[in-house]
Amino acid sequence: MSVHIRDYPGIPLKDRDIGEGRVLTTEWHVKAQYAWDTGAALSRFFRALKEGKIYGRWCPGCDRIVVPPRMFCEWCFRPTVRWVEVCDTGRVNTFSVSYVNWDASRSAVPRVPAVIELDGASPGMGIMHLLGEVGDTLEEILRRVKVGMPVRAVWKPPAERQGAITDILYFAPCRDEGATEPGGCGCGGAVGADRAAPTTSGTDACGCGGGEG
Amino acid sequence: MRVAIVGVGATPLRSLSTCASFRELVYEAAVRAYEDAGIAPKDVDTFVAVSEDYWEGTAIFDEYVPDQLGAVLKPVHTICADGITALGAAVMQLQTGRFRIAVVEGHAKPSNVLYPSHIEAFALDPVFVRPLGLNPRFVAGLGMRRFLAERDYTELDCARVVAQNRRHALDNPWAAHPAAVEPEDVLASEPLAEPLKELDVAPYADGAVVLVLATEEVARELRDDPVFIRGIGWAQDTPDLGQQDWGRAVYCELAAARAYRMAGIRDPVRELDLAEVDDTFSYKELQHLEALGLARPGDAAAMLKEGFFSRCGQLPVNPSGGNLGAGYLLDASGLRQVAEVVWQLRGEAGACQVPGAEVGLAQSWRGIPTAAGAVAVLAR
Amino acid sequence: MGYQNRVAVVGAGLTRFMRRAQETGKELCFEAARMALDAAGLRPRDVEAVVMATAPDVFDGVHMKGEYLADGAGGFRKPYMRSFVGGGSGVFAAIHGWYHVASGHFDTVLVVAEEKMSSCLPHPQAAFNGIYDQFLERPLGVNLLWIFALEMNRYMQVHKVPQETIALVSVKNKRNGLDHPCAQEGIPGNYSVEEIVGSEVMVWPVTRLMVSPVTDAAAAIVMVSERVAKRITDRPVWVKGVGWHLDSSYWTNRDLYYPKYVEYAARMAYEMAGITNPRREIDVVEAYDPFAYKELHHMEGLLLCDKGEAPRLLEKGVTQRDGELPVCPSGGLLGVGNPIAAAGLMKVAEIFWQLRGEAGARQVSRPVRTGLAQAWGDLMQVGTVVVLGV
Repeated sequence: MSVHIRDYPGIPLKDRDIGEGRVLTTEWHVKAQYAWDTGAALSRFFRALKEGKIYGRWCPGCDRIVVPPRMFCEWCFRPTVRWVEVCDTGRVNTFSVSYVNWDASRSAVPRVPAVIELDGASPGMGIMHLLGEVGDTLEEILRRVKVGMPVRAVWKPPAERQGAITDILYFAPCRDEGATEPGGCGCGGAVGADRAAPTTSGTDACGCGGGEG
Repeated sequence: MRVAIVGVGATPLRSLSTCASFRELVYEAAVRAYEDAGIAPKDVDTFVAVSEDYWEGTAIFDEYVPDQLGAVLKPVHTICADGITALGAAVMQLQTGRFRIAVVEGHAKPSNVLYPSHIEAFALDPVFVRPLGLNPRFVAGLGMRRFLAERDYTELDCARVVAQNRRHALDNPWAAHPAAVEPEDVLASEPLAEPLKELDVAPYADGAVVLVLATEEVARELRDDPVFIRGIGWAQDTPDLGQQDWGRAVYCELAAARAYRMAGIRDPVRELDLAEVDDTFSYKELQHLEALGLARPGDAAAMLKEGFFSRCGQLPVNPSGGNLGAGYLLDASGLRQVAEVVWQLRGEAGACQVPGAEVGLAQSWRGIPTAAGAVAVLAR
Repeated sequence: MGYQNRVAVVGAGLTRFMRRAQETGKELCFEAARMALDAAGLRPRDVEAVVMATAPDVFDGVHMKGEYLADGAGGFRKPYMRSFVGGGSGVFAAIHGWYHVASGHFDTVLVVAEEKMSSCLPHPQAAFNGIYDQFLERPLGVNLLWIFALEMNRYMQVHKVPQETIALVSVKNKRNGLDHPCAQEGIPGNYSVEEIVGSEVMVWPVTRLMVSPVTDAAAAIVMVSERVAKRITDRPVWVKGVGWHLDSSYWTNRDLYYPKYVEYAARMAYEMAGITNPRREIDVVEAYDPFAYKELHHMEGLLLCDKGEAPRLLEKGVTQRDGELPVCPSGGLLGVGNPIAAAGLMKVAEIFWQLRGEAGARQVSRPVRTGLAQAWGDLMQVGTVVVLGV
C-alpha cells in the first residue's frame, strides 16, 4: 500500500454475524455432478486394479515406463505403445501426516498421504496414495516412516474391488525386505527401465527395492 | 505485424466421446494441428487454452492443460472466455515480437456434465437472479421475446435458421447434429421458455480444436497458404440482466467495430465471402447478423428466408452447420468456427465449400447469461 | 516490432484484507480499480481494455465469475478478458496486461485481481479438493494441504532443512506484515520460532502458522504504453521482463524438491530484462509465500541463490527488510493474508510502491532500482515472474 493512500473502507464479517442473523444471506448448493470418461489409458488401468495388478505404459521415444499410464508421452509427444505390468511395491518419495479432513475440519487420527515410486516403472514414476500400518500418533509415524522406505500395496479383497484407485487400501511398510528384490513380485515390469538411485535424495534407507531392471 | 493461422486440428464432433478422456481427445486434435502446420510442439513458443472449471468438473483446470499439448515446461496459460477471445490473446502475444509460434486449444465434453442447466444457473447473479430458481434458459426466452418484438420477426423466422443450419451440417462430416429439419418441426418442438423451443437451442457436442498461429515471416516459411488474422476484437456488455439491451447484441457490435477497423473493412457484406456466426439459439444468429452489419436491423429474417445467407447465397452464413448443426462446444465453439473458416479459405471444406472464398469472418458469444463475445476476420 | 513497445505501471490500489459483510466481489473490484485509477490520475473513460484475474469460481460461488465481475472491474462495453493460472493468476494478470499494451493493441489497460473466498462454505479449503485428479487422487479423500506438506517434506529431506529454519519465514513475514495497512486482522504479529513450529499441526510438516489464511480482497494496477506514461507521470515504473511456465500435471512423476517451472519462468523474464546476474541485479523481491517453505523454494527457483542455500540466507538475515536482498517486505501472504489472485497482484503492487519510494514503513533500507514479483500455482506447476524497474 502506498503512503499516498490513507483510506481503506470495508465492513468486516464474522461467523456469528451469520449465525445470529445480523446479515442477510442466501444459500445455494450447486448440483455439479459429472460422469467423466476415463478414456483408453485409465480404463485399462482400473480394470487391472480390479485384478490386483498395476499397469503402466512404455514410451519408445524416451524408453520409459510411465505410471499412471497415458496413451501419449508428454515429453516426446509420441504415442506410448505397450502395456507393462509394474510391481505393487515401491518406495516412499515423500510423505506427510494429515490432521485435517477434506473440509478443513480436524480428525483425531491422522492419515498419511505419500508419493510412492513404484518398482518396475521408470525412476521417479510415483503415484499418490496413503500409507497404513504406520502408527496412530505423529511421533510414532515420524519414527516409523522414512523417505526411501520400501512399501507394498495392501489390496481390498477381490470381491470388494470396484476398478478404482481405492482398490488399493493403502501401502504398508515391507516386513520382508527380500520381497522387493528385483522381480520379487513377479510383475515382469521394467522393460528397458534403468533404475538409478534418485539423484536428489541420495537416501536408500535399507537398500531394498532399488536396482531392478 | 501480421499473424496467420498455419495449422488446424480437430476431432470429429459427437454427442458422446466415451472412448477417449479429455486428454486423449485433445492429443488427437493437437497431433493433427502440428502435422497440418508442419511443426513439432517444441517449436511452439506460447500456448493458450480456453476452459471453465465448472464445465470440466475440476477446480483450476489450467493444471491439466500442458501434457496432451506437448506443452510441458512451456509458457502456457488459460483464458476464461470464448475461443475467439483466446485467439486474441495469442495474437497479442505474437505481436509483442517476443514469440514466433503460438497455439490455442479448446475442448468440450458436455456429455460428462450430468446437470448442465444447473451449471448454467450457477452463472446467474447469486443475489438478484439465482434465488428465483428458474431454469437458466429463461434468459434466452427473455432475449428472444424482446428481439422478436422489436424487429417484428416471428418464431418461424427463427425456425428457418435452424432448418438451414442443420441442413448445412448434412454436408459436414465433422458435424454432430446434421438433420433434414423443416421449420414446422422447430415450431412443433417442446417449448422451453416461450418463445424458445427445444430445436431453437444448439445441442451440445464433445470435441477438441487446436490452432497453430505464427508471425507472418514464420507463417510464410511454414506453408504457401497461410490464413491471416486481419482483424480481431472482443468486448463485454453488462453482465447485469436488468440492464442488457435485449434487442441488440452490443458486445458483437463493439467487437465487430474493432475487428473491422483493424482489417480495414468498411462494407462487410461486399467484402466478406462467408461468415460463421454464433447461433447457440436460433434468434441469436439473426441478432448477430445485424450486429455484424451483415443485415440492416429488421432485414435479417427476410434475407435469410430469401436464401441470401444459404451456402449458395450471396453471403453464406454457417456453411458448416453452425452450432445448431455441428454442435455446441461451449467455449471451444469459437475455435471450431475459426477452423471452419480456415478450411474454407484454403479450399479444403469439401462438400461445405463456398467457391472462391477469400475473406471470412467468425463470431462467437459466450452463451447465457453473458454479454460477451468476439469477432475475427480471416483472409488469404 | 512490438517488442520495443515499453510498458509502464502508473498506479496501483489494494483493498483491506478482510472477510466482508457488505461488499460483493464486484464492489471489491470497483474499490481497488478506483484506487489504482486515482493514483494514476486517470478516469474510467481513459481505460481502453480491462484484464481480470481471479482464482477458482468455486470460492465466489459463481460459474464463469469473470463475466459476473466484469462491470465491477470497469469492463462495461470494453474489451475485457480473464486469464487464469491458479495461484499464479495474480502475477500473471500483470503479464496479461503487459501483452495487451506491448502488442500495440491498447495504450491504457486496467488490471484487476479479485477473490472473495468467504462465500464458500463450509471452508474454502474444501473447494481446493477439486484441483486433484478426479480418477486417481480425489477418491483418496484428499485435502489441499497434502500436496504442500508432501512438497515441503521432500524439500526438507533433500536439503536437510529443519522445520525450525523454515519457520523463520513465518516469523519474518508476519513481522513485516505489521506495517501493512491492508493486513488481515490477527495475521501479522511478533511470533517466535517456537510458536510457529508449536502451532497446531495441520498436515505435518505444515503447522497452522506456516499457512497463509484465506480472505476477501481485490487489487488493481494501471498499465500504459510509453507514450501515455510520458504524458501522465514523471515517475513511471517499467515492466522490464515477464516470464511464465507450466510444468506437467503428472506431479507425482516430478521431484518436488525444486521448482523447475519457476526457474524457467525466471530465465524467460531475466532474458527479456537483460539480467544476467539476478543475485546482484535485483534489489527487492516479492516471492510467493502461501506456505513458509515456499518462499525458500521460490528463491532457489528464481536463481537468487543455489539450491538448498535459501535457508542459510534467511538465517543470516539477508532477506530481512534491512538486509542485502529483502524478500517479502510487504509481509507477503503469510503476513498480510492470502486472497489468492489479489494477493498475487499485491506483490506486483508492492514492488511498484517500493520502486516509487512510497512504501512508507515497509520501504526497504537499500536503494532499489529493480524489483521482482513472483507467484506460483496449480499442482505445484506454474511459475509467473514480473521484473519491474525504474
